[in-house]
Amino acid sequence: MNLDSTEKSDEQIEILLSDALEIYGYDFTGYSRASLKRRIMRLYVLDQFVSFAEFRYKVRTEPGYFKRFLEQITINVTEMFRDPEFYKTLRKEVLPKLGTYPFIRIWVAGCSTGEEAYSISILLKELNFLKKSLIYATDINSTVLEKAAQAMIPLSKMKQYSENYIASGGSENFSDYYAANYSLARLNDDVKAKIVFSTHNLVSENSFNEFQLILCRNVIIYFDRQLQTKVFELFDNSLEKFGYLALGSKETLDFSTISKNYKKLDSAKIWQKIR
Amino acid sequence: MKHCNAFIIGGSAGSLDVLLKVLPSLDLLLSFPIIIVLHRKPGTDNVLTGLLSSKTKLPVKEVEEKEKINRSTIYIAPSDYHLLIENNKTFSLDASEKVNFSRPSIDVIFQSAAEVYREDLVCLLLSGSNNDGIEGLKKVKENGGMAIIQNPLSAAVSYMPQQAALHVNIDEVLEIEDIAPYINQLSK
Repeated sequence: MNLDSTEKSDEQIEILLSDALEIYGYDFTGYSRASLKRRIMRLYVLDQFVSFAEFRYKVRTEPGYFKRFLEQITINVTEMFRDPEFYKTLRKEVLPKLGTYPFIRIWVAGCSTGEEAYSISILLKELNFLKKSLIYATDINSTVLEKAAQAMIPLSKMKQYSENYIASGGSENFSDYYAANYSLARLNDDVKAKIVFSTHNLVSENSFNEFQLILCRNVIIYFDRQLQTKVFELFDNSLEKFGYLALGSKETLDFSTISKNYKKLDSAKIWQKIR
Repeated sequence: MKHCNAFIIGGSAGSLDVLLKVLPSLDLLLSFPIIIVLHRKPGTDNVLTGLLSSKTKLPVKEVEEKEKINRSTIYIAPSDYHLLIENNKTFSLDASEKVNFSRPSIDVIFQSAAEVYREDLVCLLLSGSNNDGIEGLKKVKENGGMAIIQNPLSAAVSYMPQQAALHVNIDEVLEIEDIAPYINQLSK
């Protein structure tokens, strides 16, 4: 891709996005361009293409390469107990309310490699609600879901996660939740037992259940306002009255059409559906 | 004289003190925004924004995603997110992998802004101990913008501006007390 012409590379990005939609049915046209462009340029350099034509041909004609394209342009960075204060609010305010229901359904939308779903599972276990809970964890990208289902996390990351866990108000021994296996930490089966991993594309698919809590953190930052609105409506249709919607620390419901039906908690980016 | 539509400051170790000295001398009407990307620990955002706003009457605010970029405003990149700029002059945030062990990364904002503002961009790299910002400054230059560094000799940590001086065709080398007057004269 011609690095010295911004207009030209912008055009080329649009061509790739329409290819992805036309051939594979993945619609990225509502994604914010700056980040998407950076990811695509990065892949172009990483895979050492010499021309845009060659890059485009490979994306169009090799489904195996498109899979890589998809993996590389979507962002799969996640942590256990990221933003400990957020998890503190879940533990102290939100989950105890959900605990009064006979059955708890939670949707982690854009779950990536599963760290967030596992964090929720640990919270539910500590509150003694796990047995009556089910966590649906979905992502657009099937490769990360396969990884998520394995529940193997590099041991090197566990120190940070353990610190996050403690900062979020966790008082158990975090290392009791996994077994070290060479350089990997294997999460215990009971932490995995109540999580269902499945592909779901927020852009093109409909609501598939009703939930009391939906978490979608650091996903909609990659969408433009129009697509954000559409996704919020999907969440609204998937949330029971008095259910909760949790967003990332820099995301907001404020500009959306559904915001009038929601009340934000004081302590975190969590909104309760009040009507 | 250089036409400036955005002034972006990148800094790491030793940069906060520079900003605290620069901000009080800035004019209150600037014909462009000032965008600041500082390496720091996650969870310290409010402290930094509060500290910087105590030094100037210009509005200082932490960037919100999809926010429109206004002139005469100082924007701070939130910790733990990369900051990017869209063609329509709004901000985007990105939680992808760290770049140069940093999120926000100075390279990411410089590179993104270079493509949007082209020759109307001025970027300043301050004190610091890693290589972040160097590739970004190269991209700024390729697109016709200006690359400025704090004088490595008087920087608290000279490595970052020094590396920039070694690898990029730098337009200006500024002392701390020269930074605010330099920014003010770019405004019209």
